[in-house]
Amino acid sequence: MKYTMNFQDISRRKALGLLGGAVALSAFASPVLADAAAVSGKIKELTGGAGASEGAITLDIPEIAENGNAVKIGFDVDSPMTDSDYVKAVHVMADGNPTPEVASFNFSPANGACTASTRMRLAKTQNVVVLAEMSDGSFKQATGTIKVTIGGCGG
Amino acid sequence: MSKIKPRVKVPKSADAGEIIEIKALISHPMHTGRAKDKEGNVIPRKIINTFRASFNGTPVFSAALEPAVSANPFISFPFKATESGSFEFTWVEDGGAEFTAKNDMTVG
Repeated sequence: MKYTMNFQDISRRKALGLLGGAVALSAFASPVLADAAAVSGKIKELTGGAGASEGAITLDIPEIAENGNAVKIGFDVDSPMTDSDYVKAVHVMADGNPTPEVASFNFSPANGACTASTRMRLAKTQNVVVLAEMSDGSFKQATGTIKVTIGGCGG
Repeated sequence: MSKIKPRVKVPKSADAGEIIEIKALISHPMHTGRAKDKEGNVIPRKIINTFRASFNGTPVFSAALEPAVSANPFISFPFKATESGSFEFTWVEDGGAEFTAKNDMTVG
């Protein structure tokens, strides 16, 4: 048979991608994933129905995550972090994981700035929503999309 | 289970008013309760669910972690240096086990 490099390479990459996907999915005990509604429901709960406005938050996330097991999630909330004006808490959520909550961070003026980072598991390509709770009771939010090539949610 | 070991990076000294970055890491599998072992049994959930930081006895930062946080949870956060003292970092595991680390910092 005539060897055609391009065709063979695409086939192998596709097969590896399918295999990787199958391995990732087998790590799930439950195939049901959350969705955007789960995140908006969570935001409603956290804001007492008031919702959040855009702005003040800069996300430090990759556009594409090669490995869904450890995806960087960082943020910076513009705030003077003084006793009268600071960020009380920041909630990180993802709309395509089994459950929407990822982590919550509680800040105080002692931090001097409102920034943090951690690494999270993403089951698949999805949106990450960061919600900041300010000391005056208002909320800010920012959303980013992260493409995931091989999902990671198994232990 | 692999050893659960905390490691925190705090600058040994800082200027008064300087905002430093603290990097906290603990080796932990963060079992989500969704993965299965080779025999097909679900590995029960066991994660570090809380991280707390205090300076000279006063809480300054904390985080609540969910199973979506990656294994060997890493957290970085800022702190405004004002006076010399000691940090105490605590990680709490599902079930209540606590792991701690202490770091000193001189502020001039």
